[in-house]
Amino acid sequence: MSPKLKLSCCTSALVELRSFLQRSLEAYGFSEVDRHQVTLAVEEVCTNLIIHSHASNPKEVIYLEVKELKEKLAIEITDKGDAFNLLEYEVPDLKKVIEEKRKGGIGIYLVKKIMDEIEFESKNGKNTCRLIKNFPSSKMPK
Amino acid sequence: MLQLEKIKEENKDILRLIGEVDASNSVLLDQSMQEILEQGTTFLLIDGSQLSYISSAGLGVFMSYLDDFSERGIRFAIFGLNEQVSEVFKILGLDRLIQIAPDKSTAIKLAHES
Repeated sequence: MSPKLKLSCCTSALVELRSFLQRSLEAYGFSEVDRHQVTLAVEEVCTNLIIHSHASNPKEVIYLEVKELKEKLAIEITDKGDAFNLLEYEVPDLKKVIEEKRKGGIGIYLVKKIMDEIEFESKNGKNTCRLIKNFPSSKMPK
Repeated sequence: MLQLEKIKEENKDILRLIGEVDASNSVLLDQSMQEILEQGTTFLLIDGSQLSYISSAGLGVFMSYLDDFSERGIRFAIFGLNEQVSEVFKILGLDRLIQIAPDKSTAIKLAHES
């Protein structure tokens, strides 16, 4: 069974997201560092959606599902509303972020560095972002 | 949850981060940094030994002060990060822009040299 979570669109729900992911990722043989990073990547995407697509409205929700595929794990994030396609998002130059004293904009950079594949689709008002991490080659799940 | 403790030690300010920094509380980190800066610090150390998690919201706070620090000649270093958190700084290449040390005495030494 693939673990699922319904997340309210407010940043105070991020704690719940992290404990869900930590629990769900335990079974797949990832190292502690990998689990930490995948958790971070998923949180960065969700934070973006909460703040930018849903204006931190706790009545709106994001759905998460952790799916085991062949040799890799996919975390599927779905929401309704304005699509945020992170594949089209241009990663900012780190030096520029520092010069402009911007406090945001580096989250998606982390996501792209951490995940092995990112897929995005928007259909009939439903947006799906799939963050994929290959299983560690030595330890395949049972 | 995030708890922030400000400690004054001789000519140094230490900001201890306890818990997790994410988009819900990074503003608190920002406020503390701002206050320490306004009080005219010349030497700021971040004690990250009890920091279990930091997302880009928190990293962005540190990054937004780096220019101020170098313009004002403020010595700055972070110490005590656990392996997972330290790796996140490395992904962004922040370990090349910020002095990151395993412990406090090394952090002081590094900040002096920078």
